[in-house]
Amino acid sequence: MNMELSRRHFLKGVGAGLAGTTVGALGFGDVESAYAASIRPFRLANLTETRNTCPYCSVACGIVMYSKGDLKKGDKAEIVHIEGDADHPTNRGTLCPKGSALLDFVHAETRLKYPMIRKPGSDKFERVSWDFALDRIARLLKEDRDRNFIARNNDGTTVNRWVTTGFLAASATTNETAFVTYKAVRSAGMLVFDNQARV
Amino acid sequence: MTNAWTDIRNTDLVVIMGGNAAEAHPCGFKWVTEAKANRGAKLIVVDPRYTRSASVADFYAPIRPGTDIAFLLGVINYCIQNDKVQWDYVKAFTSAPYLVKAGFKYEDGLFDGYDESKRDYNRSNWDLQIGPDGAVMVDETLQDPRCVWNLLKAHVAQYTPDMVSRICGTPKDKFLKVCDMIAMTSAKDKVMTSMYALGWTQHSKGSQNIRAMAMLQLILGNIGVRGGGMNALRGHSNIQGLTDIGLMSNLIPGYLTLPNERETTFDTYMATRGFKPLRPGQMSYWQNYRKFFVSFQKAMWGSAATLENNWAYDYLPKLDVPAYDVLRAFELMHQGKMNGYICQGFNPLLSFPNRKKLTVALSKLKFLVTMDPLETETSRFWENHGEHNDVDPSKIQTEVIQLPSTCFAEDEGALVNSGRWLQWHWAGATPPAEAKADAWIMAQIHLRLKELYQKEGGAYADPIVNLHWPYKDKNDPKPEEIAKELNGYVVENVADPNDSSKMLLQKGKQVPGFAVLRDDGSTACGNWIYSGCFTEAGNAMARRDNSDPDDAGTYLKWAFAWPANRRILYNRASADLNGKPWDPSRKLIEWDGSKWSGYDVPDIAPAAKPDVVGPFIMNPEGTARLFTRGMMRDGPFPTHYEPFESPVTNVVAPKVRGNPAARVFRGDMEQFGDSKEFPYAATSYRLTEHFHFWTKHVQPNAVVQPEFFVEISEELAKEKGITSGGWVRVWSKRGSVKAKAVVTKRIKPLICDGKTVHVVGIPLHWGFTGVARKGFGPNSLTPYVGDANIETPEYKAFLVDIEPIAGPVA
Repeated sequence: MNMELSRRHFLKGVGAGLAGTTVGALGFGDVESAYAASIRPFRLANLTETRNTCPYCSVACGIVMYSKGDLKKGDKAEIVHIEGDADHPTNRGTLCPKGSALLDFVHAETRLKYPMIRKPGSDKFERVSWDFALDRIARLLKEDRDRNFIARNNDGTTVNRWVTTGFLAASATTNETAFVTYKAVRSAGMLVFDNQARV
Repeated sequence: MTNAWTDIRNTDLVVIMGGNAAEAHPCGFKWVTEAKANRGAKLIVVDPRYTRSASVADFYAPIRPGTDIAFLLGVINYCIQNDKVQWDYVKAFTSAPYLVKAGFKYEDGLFDGYDESKRDYNRSNWDLQIGPDGAVMVDETLQDPRCVWNLLKAHVAQYTPDMVSRICGTPKDKFLKVCDMIAMTSAKDKVMTSMYALGWTQHSKGSQNIRAMAMLQLILGNIGVRGGGMNALRGHSNIQGLTDIGLMSNLIPGYLTLPNERETTFDTYMATRGFKPLRPGQMSYWQNYRKFFVSFQKAMWGSAATLENNWAYDYLPKLDVPAYDVLRAFELMHQGKMNGYICQGFNPLLSFPNRKKLTVALSKLKFLVTMDPLETETSRFWENHGEHNDVDPSKIQTEVIQLPSTCFAEDEGALVNSGRWLQWHWAGATPPAEAKADAWIMAQIHLRLKELYQKEGGAYADPIVNLHWPYKDKNDPKPEEIAKELNGYVVENVADPNDSSKMLLQKGKQVPGFAVLRDDGSTACGNWIYSGCFTEAGNAMARRDNSDPDDAGTYLKWAFAWPANRRILYNRASADLNGKPWDPSRKLIEWDGSKWSGYDVPDIAPAAKPDVVGPFIMNPEGTARLFTRGMMRDGPFPTHYEPFESPVTNVVAPKVRGNPAARVFRGDMEQFGDSKEFPYAATSYRLTEHFHFWTKHVQPNAVVQPEFFVEISEELAKEKGITSGGWVRVWSKRGSVKAKAVVTKRIKPLICDGKTVHVVGIPLHWGFTGVARKGFGPNSLTPYVGDANIETPEYKAFLVDIEPIAGPVA
């Protein structure tokens, strides 16, 4: 069963009922819960709700993101609100000072928008196309690999390693990104390979 | 974590030492307050600073940075001397009765076999005695002077309460109070949990800090039980996952290891990875290593990995050094031996020690590629920002390519939390402008490199051109497709050996779990420990049923936990030799005469008899190790070493500086300061308002903690003429920073070996990009040395000097 959908329908039902009934009949003891319940359907009616996880520490609090536009329908979607996921067993709807400000991370002024290149000796970044940047990277990698790849060590043992270019992997990318990264890096014979586990 | 965040509610005693969960993991810390409120659990905090965690503790004890091992061995000594030991657990489930080789010894701070010129040990004596039957020799009575228990008892004997107080600066009465509270959990119905983080790892003996507590937890019988465990509070949202998937120089996913160059053939590689049981009847689960390895090679290279070519063994690069960790990488860069570096969502210029060295190193690269959702200091290391990045761009010849990536809100996939839960999340937003998902970027880099090799040829192209790439849109692998690879799938039909008309495994299907993986090439699996996460039944990581029978705290239907959806590791140890729970009120799994069952997935074969098969199934002994044989570089027991930069001499080993087995590169030793020149102990830490170097880009966080500061005691402020809110300069042998001073009662001077030791606290969240004010970080000051086993930099204990200065003109 898709829990996300079922909860959404449940809440919509509650919201629709709220106008024509009393707070007491819903079983809510206090006004605050009723008030929250009346806002939620408003959000649900106008915005798209998506479940996600806070990207900061590894408590991994559940969050609900509200967007204008539905990505699944192919819309351009913009997040307008983020809150803790009340269904999540670990955080039960709460967020810390970092998680509470996630919306401003998504919309930070210093989000990167375009591939950039800084040429040797230059004092500025210049915008380039993705094709240019990716072809340039592939060329730089191949040049260095071809020049410095070690097929055999001094004892004649096959070692097939490349240690003049390195890769530092992230700490907040998904497992799926991590595995594609692993495949791309390891298949090139790269050994200078590490992640952010220690800092 | 051996356990889960939600399991902390089941504890009787929380010890926060080497971390500050209330500050750094606030929503997880709520389970501590839950345990306090609902169970009457107690909280102990041991820390150099009176932290946010300390402010809600039942008991707080101060400690000098870098002396945790002395403290913990002191607690173990107290438990042994006062007979506060869970004896049934220790005798049955640990290596306490095993006999150690005659040559092993410890003297004056060193174990046998030390070679000073190599800063390394010959570890051949650090092992157990093996009898003629191939099994470890045992003295169940614990009388033999060579049994692990008696060697441990002798090893910890010198850490008396007086000695602990002398080393750690913890007042003796406070130390004894902590001992007393901890020792109570040796009762079968009392449990303690250990919550730690970088406060333990970021030392030149970080691994042994953790080991010392793990040993204490074993002695108290607190591993494998609800409310117990060793709970590493991981810092980043998916650093657990990145490590599980082996994105480190020496790893293959699922904690398999890359071959080194002495392992010239697949057979020699496997020879040291057979893991024959060392006690009768034990599971020794790593006996399945070959199945996991071959299935991994099939996931990597598909039909190019065959029996004939030893499953593409030659496609894997072979190591010539133990690891190419980040410290080694920057050392090689600094020596001019590296040409290219790619940083994916990582800001090493602020993350690694001795920033001056890092800048020189990056400047020697031919090219640097960065991929991030936000600006980073690393991608702009060549840009002049006055005193905050004092470089001359015209003198830096590194080509830098900065790639914009998506952030969490725009990406789909799984993250692994501290408790090993793989939780799926969905994308809800369109990325800004031309930002792209990391998986797309990595696919593009691989495909374009492959195309160049296909067109032009070049150095050993086989592993690149033959990389298995089974995605519908080759340019854009989808998260679900990759998750299915990680889970594993059937490559060739496997007939049922009992009934050839039936199929055991059907080609093209997802495998149900790692138990069916095979070493004959008929299965493929990206990461065996994740197997079960995405089966024919669907994506288990996306499950959202938050039911929790009897409030056990396990939530078996929420997401997926590795391995095999198990929520508490070693959970068989929650029951005694008859398979009954040590504490019936805290039942986890139970033996019903024929099988194990309960609130968690049993961490043992379902029909394994409780009086035969030990709970620590990953060890060939079947038990947990109080003596770690030759598996750690710096000793089979933890022992107290001072930080490389220490305000006092090591009182138990005066001749030894730092951890004698820690790797120090040429030139770095000369850059360590001493207490004559740099009299104050310093430590680094995080603030609840900030996450690393990300939130300085986030307006609300930049508003609540806008600028860099350092914290000092009222006593030190008075001594140095520093006023609260006034400016100071703090410097070490490697660099200098300017900061505002916060003068606080939260840090007090300590008396260590008769000497007053002042502590300077240095938080880490500032740089020269973002919306917060420009500032410095502790890495301008910290020494370039890491833990002897895993090279985590020594960020938590170093030396500085401090003086008041005139502030900048407003």
